[in-house]
Amino acid sequence: MRISYFAWVRERMGTGEERIDPPAGVATVGELIGWLAARDAAGALAFAEPARIRAAVDGEMVGPGAALDDVTEIALFPPVTGG
Amino acid sequence: MIRVAVHSEAIDVAAELAAHDAGGHGASASFVGRVRGEGGLTELFLDHHPVLTVSGLEQLAAQAAERWRLAALTLIHRVGGMAPGETIVLVLASSPHRGEALAAVEFLIDRLKTDVMLWKRETFADGRVGWVEQRGSDHERAEKWG
Repeated sequence: MRISYFAWVRERMGTGEERIDPPAGVATVGELIGWLAARDAAGALAFAEPARIRAAVDGEMVGPGAALDDVTEIALFPPVTGG
Repeated sequence: MIRVAVHSEAIDVAAELAAHDAGGHGASASFVGRVRGEGGLTELFLDHHPVLTVSGLEQLAAQAAERWRLAALTLIHRVGGMAPGETIVLVLASSPHRGEALAAVEFLIDRLKTDVMLWKRETFADGRVGWVEQRGSDHERAEKWG
């Protein structure tokens, strides 16, 4: 799947987008965030506080329990601050 | 007529208002959000999603058009870098009478602060750079609309 990062998540990950193939056992958005946090130092920094991370799966805002089946694109980002 | 746009060029408020009002509506309400230069701020940068930011604004515009009887709606958000005093966001709503236009503008600005993929980063004259944190009061205002 394609994964994209925004705002300080992008800065801490050091990239705006990557392709990933998460291992078996990573079945939800929350598990993906946990897997990224454990993967490397950048992930540990970006996802140290999972409660501050929001997600959109294929264009829809979702919670950490959302399934990753058949997902094409997931975006991970902090709470929004537009306006 | 609904017009929604996200762009990095300056928002031409006068031109947008002229286009919006071309239908000769009874009541036009507006909100213009500008960059505050408080605390030595030198630049405000808005990060956005290339697809989902504009679609989020389109969804809000559609919700407003369902909720109130609007003759026209304009919702424009600037992204990228901007200086103090420049316009970040423009919301225009028109209806036969003022009540619906005013309510729609307030709904749109309240909800876009919590529902649309936009992130502010501030740069100050002394070199500090930081991402703006979401405020609890923004959520309270957004939630009152149900």
